[in-house]
Amino acid sequence: MSAEGIKDRVAIVAMGCTRFGEHWSASADDLLIDAVGECLAAVPGMGLADVEAFWLGTLGSGQSGLTLSRPLALDYRPVTRVENYCATGSEAFRNACYAVASGAYDRVMAVGVEKLKDSGFSGLTRMDPPGDGTAPENTLTAPAAFSLLDPAYCARYGVDPGDMRDAMTHVAWKNHANGALNPKAQFRSAVSKEKIATAPLVAGRLGVFDCSGVSDGAACALIVRAEDAHLYTDRPVWVKALSLTAGPGRAAMDADYDYTTFPEVVRSAQDAYRQAGITDPRAEISLAEVHDCFTPTELVLMEDLGFADRGQAWRDILDGAFELGGRLPVNPDGGLKSFGHPVGASGLRMLYECWLQFRGEAGRRQLSDPRLALTHNLGGRPGACVSFVSLVGTEPG
Amino acid sequence: MPTPKGIVAYAAHLPCHRVRHADLAAALGTKAGPGARVVASFDEDSTTLAVEAARRVPRGAERPQAIFFATTSPAYLDKTNAAAVHAALGLGTEGLAVDLAGSARSGVGALLAAAATGGLAVLADVRTGLPGSADERDGADGAAAFLFGDPGQAIAEIVARVSVTAEFLDRWRVPGEPAARRWEERFGLESYLPLVTEAGRRALKEADVAAPDHVVLSSPNPLVIRRAAELFPAQVPARVPARVPAGIVAGLPAGKAPGHAGAADVGLGLAEVLDRAAPGETVLVLAAVDGCDALVLRVTDRIERGRQARPVSAQLAAGRAVPYATYLTWRGLLDREPPRRPEPEPPAGPPSARSQAWKFAFTGSRCRGCGFVHLPPARVCKGCGAADEMEPHPLSGVRGTVATFTADRLAYSPSPPLIDVVVDFDGGGRYTMELADAAPDEVTIGMRVETTFRRLHTAGGVHNYFWKVRPVEDER
Repeated sequence: MSAEGIKDRVAIVAMGCTRFGEHWSASADDLLIDAVGECLAAVPGMGLADVEAFWLGTLGSGQSGLTLSRPLALDYRPVTRVENYCATGSEAFRNACYAVASGAYDRVMAVGVEKLKDSGFSGLTRMDPPGDGTAPENTLTAPAAFSLLDPAYCARYGVDPGDMRDAMTHVAWKNHANGALNPKAQFRSAVSKEKIATAPLVAGRLGVFDCSGVSDGAACALIVRAEDAHLYTDRPVWVKALSLTAGPGRAAMDADYDYTTFPEVVRSAQDAYRQAGITDPRAEISLAEVHDCFTPTELVLMEDLGFADRGQAWRDILDGAFELGGRLPVNPDGGLKSFGHPVGASGLRMLYECWLQFRGEAGRRQLSDPRLALTHNLGGRPGACVSFVSLVGTEPG
Repeated sequence: MPTPKGIVAYAAHLPCHRVRHADLAAALGTKAGPGARVVASFDEDSTTLAVEAARRVPRGAERPQAIFFATTSPAYLDKTNAAAVHAALGLGTEGLAVDLAGSARSGVGALLAAAATGGLAVLADVRTGLPGSADERDGADGAAAFLFGDPGQAIAEIVARVSVTAEFLDRWRVPGEPAARRWEERFGLESYLPLVTEAGRRALKEADVAAPDHVVLSSPNPLVIRRAAELFPAQVPARVPARVPAGIVAGLPAGKAPGHAGAADVGLGLAEVLDRAAPGETVLVLAAVDGCDALVLRVTDRIERGRQARPVSAQLAAGRAVPYATYLTWRGLLDREPPRRPEPEPPAGPPSARSQAWKFAFTGSRCRGCGFVHLPPARVCKGCGAADEMEPHPLSGVRGTVATFTADRLAYSPSPPLIDVVVDFDGGGRYTMELADAAPDEVTIGMRVETTFRRLHTAGGVHNYFWKVRPVEDER
């Protein structure tokens, strides 16, 4: 936990994001060049040479800073490649912010990229070090690991499995509806609740529509010192809080853990709220981009982030609390579910939606006067994961 | 001549799956009688079956100083399969572990070796026949283990033994082939009969037994079983378990059950007799494989307290049907479309060796300070943060309860869907592991499970052995 928060010390002054999807004709290099190009084009007179350092996040689409410096032909600039499972994009952003806050640099860029559709496999694949073959992660896929939440949640709170199914369906339905309004989303059409609920099963009760899109994409952010922000744009986005937690892996071994929460998320949210001075997240936050890798994940996150009472998220979801017109819109851009989940880019994609919403550039999904946004990015699985929470706002102070 | 050591404990293990003969017949357009064939699951091989039988043998305080593992279906060559059994039993490094791999006669070989020196004879086999073959229909998969030790503690003693050997082509298999070849059965019968007659008569004479109370007949040639049963009738009628699947083990209704479980066959037959023999009764074992081994055993007064917990007949009567096509897929005889997922990586040598107690014996660690149990073992306590304050915490014999569960239809598995359950073990310890011998719709939170040693997969020519759980059958 950070002793001193990062509130108002750095700002985002430009962003770029490719369309997410199955880019059969584009390489990771192409996606990086396109996202960085869009970002720089937003600042008149700004060129690659003006960016002093880079943080590149990718889970598996390249190693080392060369993954970025080579395609962009960077002029011997420092490039740090970071990886933190599905929170990789957020991790690139976090480190870039701290580099500016430290005073070492004035202008840096955080870039995230993933090229998933070249593997030929369904879903994510793993690159584990050689092991003894006993870890459940070796065989159990991500949708299966997150599907463990469903029966556990029903049992813990006495929720009828049919109601739980409806709530999961509602999450997918909402995020598809939002994605239909987003020209950069992988899936840009609404899907009926019946189709979602009766889709072929992937794991547990999760059907294909309960799972996020597997996609290619890249996103990036230009980060500068807060006091310089207005040199680049009239509407900077101010970083209010950054929090990352890596769990000890206790829950996976602990019978007291009931698979209805992510302790890592609870801790990172508490830390972020403290940094930003937030006491009532439901009232103070205008929108949230959360890690809806699978529909029960979004449900549990509503409780872990303090958006719903324990055991009540399923009901709030069904009541429409988190829809575009609800009390706290969640994943207005369609989320991982329909925007897609190119791992290294996803954390920055979440910030990209905040960027657009704050600037009034979110088109048909534009929210009314958003002031404060939360992004939440998760890596790993129930039992042992990393969790990232950021808060960004339209105003300093 | 009595052997120096007697049988002090034993256990048999039959896998739970059955292929109904009617399903075989329907698929292949052949005729088949009633009954079913006992089959190992996709995650079982001769080594895992051996572990399941061996771990059920009550060992008392003494560790067996030797393991003699007999099989005709060794999971590895050029690597000792008995070493995995040794590791799964948590025996540390002490003692001999050796394979007797080859023909079904290795089963008797293991028994005689253990009888001479003491130790554990483990007989296990997975018998595969080509589709439509008698071996497929009448074979059986299973295992039996016998602990030999102090004759004063014995539940049965070998009081006479005669072996004769002959070289002729009755059944054979070139390494690498999936199934054995057989000559005409009547040629084998002609060759075996004088051998069986001689060995049996000499052994009975040596033991001074006129007519044995029980007879265990084992031969890969079914005609030999039928004729030998006429030559050496048992005085105590064989018990017919309810709904006996045809094709099982010798010792069960001879002549009616011509099945053969390879190297495990003689062991399953002997175990079944020990399940029901009375003190003082005699057992003639006739194992006719490339010769004949005749043993005469005398059951002691200690038998009543030494019987295994689950008799062979009860194990036979239990079981769950598996579709024939699924069985063929398990055996690699039906090449199905794999999922669009990467195959698992093979376990690596050094990590597997470092975690031997965990991987093979399912031993975690427990904090001496706060008691938190770690699966897999850890050096730093997740309960209190203490470093290097751990003691080993074996859990292979501990039952648990399902906390939550899933059926993974995306994961690579030889028999999808892969069912995973989060298990809370009695007395502490939680792990996420595969559920074996169950269907997705049978799993519930609160379900009771017990551990079972399995082969998770094979990749890069390496078998990935580890523990799974399976539904508890005798606890309600």
